[in-house]
Amino acid sequence: MTHEWLTQLAQAALVLGLAPLLSGVTRKIRARLLRRQGPSLVQPYRDLLKLIRKEAVIAENASWLFRAAPYVIFATTWVAAALVPTFATGLMLSASADLIVIVALLGTARFLLALAGLDVGTSFGGIGSSREMMFASLAEPAMLMAVFTLSLFAGSTELSSISAYMLGPNAGVSISLALALVALVIVTIGENARIPVDNPATHLELTMVHEAMILEYSGRHLAVIEAAASLKLLLYLSLIACVFIPWGTALSGAGVLAYAIGLGAYAIKLAALAFLLVMFETATAKMRVFRVPEFLGVALMLGLLGTIMLFVSRVSR
Amino acid sequence: MTPLDSDIAHLLAGSLVLVSFVLLYQDRMFALLNFFAVHACVLALSVGWQAYLQRAPHLFITALIALLFKGVIIPVALHRIVVRLGIHRTIESVVSIGPTMLFGMALVALSVVVMLPVTQSAGAFVREDLAFALSVVLLGFLMMVTRRNAVSQVIGFMSLENGLVLAATGARGMPLVVEISVGFSVLIAFLVVGIFLFRIRERFDTVELQALDMSRGESA
Amino acid sequence: MSVSVGSVALAGLLGTPAFGALLLAAIPSYRVAAALNMALCALTLVCAGLLYSHRPERSLYLLVDDVNTIFLIIGALVGFTTSVFSAGYIAHEVQSRKLRSRDLRFYHALYQFLMFAMDLALVSNNIGLMWVGVELATLTTVVMVGIYRTNAALEAAWKYFILGSVGIGLALFGTILVYLAGQEHLGEGMPAMAWDRLAAHSAGFDPALLNLSFVFLLLGYGTKVGLVPVHAWLPDAHAEGPTPISAVLSGLLLNVALFALLRFRLIMAGNSAVLSPGPMMVTMGALSLVFAGFMIYRRRDIKRMFAYSSIEHMGIITLAFGLGGPLANFAGLLHMAMHSLTKSAIFFGVGYISQLEGTQRIADIRGLTHSQPLLGWLLVVGVVAIAGLPPFGIFTSEFLLVTSTFARSPWLAILLVVGLMIAFSALALRLHGLAFGKTDKHHTLPAWRLIPMALQLGLVATAGVYLPGAVVEWFRHVADQLG
Repeated sequence: MTHEWLTQLAQAALVLGLAPLLSGVTRKIRARLLRRQGPSLVQPYRDLLKLIRKEAVIAENASWLFRAAPYVIFATTWVAAALVPTFATGLMLSASADLIVIVALLGTARFLLALAGLDVGTSFGGIGSSREMMFASLAEPAMLMAVFTLSLFAGSTELSSISAYMLGPNAGVSISLALALVALVIVTIGENARIPVDNPATHLELTMVHEAMILEYSGRHLAVIEAAASLKLLLYLSLIACVFIPWGTALSGAGVLAYAIGLGAYAIKLAALAFLLVMFETATAKMRVFRVPEFLGVALMLGLLGTIMLFVSRVSR
Repeated sequence: MTPLDSDIAHLLAGSLVLVSFVLLYQDRMFALLNFFAVHACVLALSVGWQAYLQRAPHLFITALIALLFKGVIIPVALHRIVVRLGIHRTIESVVSIGPTMLFGMALVALSVVVMLPVTQSAGAFVREDLAFALSVVLLGFLMMVTRRNAVSQVIGFMSLENGLVLAATGARGMPLVVEISVGFSVLIAFLVVGIFLFRIRERFDTVELQALDMSRGESA
Repeated sequence: MSVSVGSVALAGLLGTPAFGALLLAAIPSYRVAAALNMALCALTLVCAGLLYSHRPERSLYLLVDDVNTIFLIIGALVGFTTSVFSAGYIAHEVQSRKLRSRDLRFYHALYQFLMFAMDLALVSNNIGLMWVGVELATLTTVVMVGIYRTNAALEAAWKYFILGSVGIGLALFGTILVYLAGQEHLGEGMPAMAWDRLAAHSAGFDPALLNLSFVFLLLGYGTKVGLVPVHAWLPDAHAEGPTPISAVLSGLLLNVALFALLRFRLIMAGNSAVLSPGPMMVTMGALSLVFAGFMIYRRRDIKRMFAYSSIEHMGIITLAFGLGGPLANFAGLLHMAMHSLTKSAIFFGVGYISQLEGTQRIADIRGLTHSQPLLGWLLVVGVVAIAGLPPFGIFTSEFLLVTSTFARSPWLAILLVVGLMIAFSALALRLHGLAFGKTDKHHTLPAWRLIPMALQLGLVATAGVYLPGAVVEWFRHVADQLG
């Protein structure tokens, strides 16, 4: 019991601490690939601190939603991130919170963000929110399909169980898993506003989605939202790592050494995934907005196909 | 037969369904032909694997026929025909991709739902194989229905035949007669198609079937 | 060990058209080819007739029994008369420059190949081989339909190709499923594809699998038969192809496809747990009948009109076989025979009409009984026969069918009669203008050209009045077997 509580709290702190570092790492790798020096790895921490110290300038007609949204978004994203096993699988809260809850939490965060974008009434906010909702209408079902495939495969929707199952001997080569992986990767790219869906560093009207929604925010609110965004990326990458590259994760109740190995393995997996993500980003161009639904539609199709195929192979076994 | 063996068979058959989907939304001629070649190669792999598992050497011949004929010869020949007809630059308007894909998924689900309960008594292998084979057949049929270009319709027909070959391999021990006939029919179909494409080209400047539709005499 | 007459006849039945096709492909002159074509068809007819009395041993691949002998003889007879008609028709087409002699290069070879494919489908015991035969026949007719190379002909041939191929694919899938059902009891390989073994052991097959397979087979082979709703290729193929092909399609190929369906129905009949295929066939048959009946009204092209009439009659036959029972089966068999003879005779007449008048539009063809009396009156006789009036054979079979339907299911009988009435009135309406309108034209046609048409119509008329006892016995025997 205590074991699991400790693991859970440690994990919550870990993800909070690591998220800005992950942003820093991705930015650095990207810069290096583009033959620039790039900002230092700890720059995101400095940015957050700076933003917290600054005054938050809020529009006159902003409502209570505008002020409250950043904190709620941060809270939900943090909880969701804390639920994904990173270095160990035995998490306290995972008994009551499974993949569906994670999807729901992320959905809540997205919903509030979109509302906040609409709140002040600027046109940029409107653009961002409507585009975000269009993407979400495809990305969320795709994510759910991938979730169903994984759950059918492992026999449970709890991430800890899925991760443990993948570590066990029963998991085999399966096309459904491959399809779920591709679907998840596409959803990751879509949800985290990476190229080719959205440029995280842009402020051009034509290309903004996520940036457009948070354009009005400043000061501590902006700091909190930025932290939430990096937590979201960490969440998705950890999800892919814990399900598809489960080796090294410490099982519940293992010794300190196993945890240490788990931590190390986690760091390596995260770095590798970040590297792959950035490689993919630098190799593609950003898609036109009306093409993104096709891109996300592919994820939905693959997810559906994976579920159907898994259903076939289960029923016939 | 170990679980890994059946996993691989599952993987190959599933990939065939996946490639059928990919064929559905292609709108450029060369890409379509290349993916058809991929379709035939995946079929050859799948049939070859079944040949190994079922210890049926005659199926290796089928795999070889599929690979050589539909994986190499027909795509190359169609490539030439397309260039000669001058339609390689056209971008075909595939009839509303979104609903088509969804309908395709519905067809896959339908074939799974139909085939699995019916084949209770057969082995697990056979059941999956037939379910996927029927999906490929129905997807090929969908492709023929949603396309306007004569060459694309022919590709749709050939992917339908690939599904039939997969079904025939799944039914254990089905004699070579059927395989030869399927191959034979491909040959004749190709000859017929070739003749028609050239004759269509002679008569029109397009293989667009809408142009042909105008001279339809149904009201006569 | 002496080779039996039966096996020689069987070898002749299959070998003559096969070798004939090869031979004809090498002959450039269309006149010689036409003559040779006729001779080969005559030889095939002799072989088919021999097979009636001398049956060869059944093997895993080939089988001649009571059921397919009827189809074989009708097929060979119509094939022969059509080849006679074709000789004159093609000669005229070449003279009037509608066809070039190089287009005809393979026409006669394809004709013989078509005969071979149909006979192969009829005598095969192996369900795969039967499928091969039907597929080859389809592909051959696709090429022949497009022979005029006009826009409309190409479109018709393309449509036929696409729809036919889909039908063939579905039929193959159904065949595979039947094999799967039989495989558990009969073992893998050839024995599980032999029709006679499948029919004998079908009681133990999995009913769900058989049900599903019949659906595929009905859709697949039903496309070939021209049942609504998968009939779309039929009117175009009949209208745009050369008339001998229309005759062969209506008179033979549709029958062969129906034969394939009947074979599978017999397999299903052995298993009591399957969904009875009867109602499905009855539904599609009734649908075809009523739909085609309505469609005949608005047709403006003469060949298209008779094509819809073919759809209608195939609907009636399917309905008859779907109902089952000795009387309905007998009616179906008789109707099939009569329809083949009558429809091909009509198409012979229509072929000459379109050649003489130079058009296929009904509105432009008037007063045939004045311009070419012999042809005009023969057409009148033909249409009266096909419309189901006494004293022709079609009336007999329709009457039998209606009475047996009425005994079982009155509503269906009413539907049947309504459909027949609709088609009858449509045909009568059109016939009036075609045959008795005003015209000043005079056409010449050598009387001997009309012999095949007159012969067939005469046979139909005789059959309506008097069917020889042997024939009745034969049909009844087969009707009982059909279950």
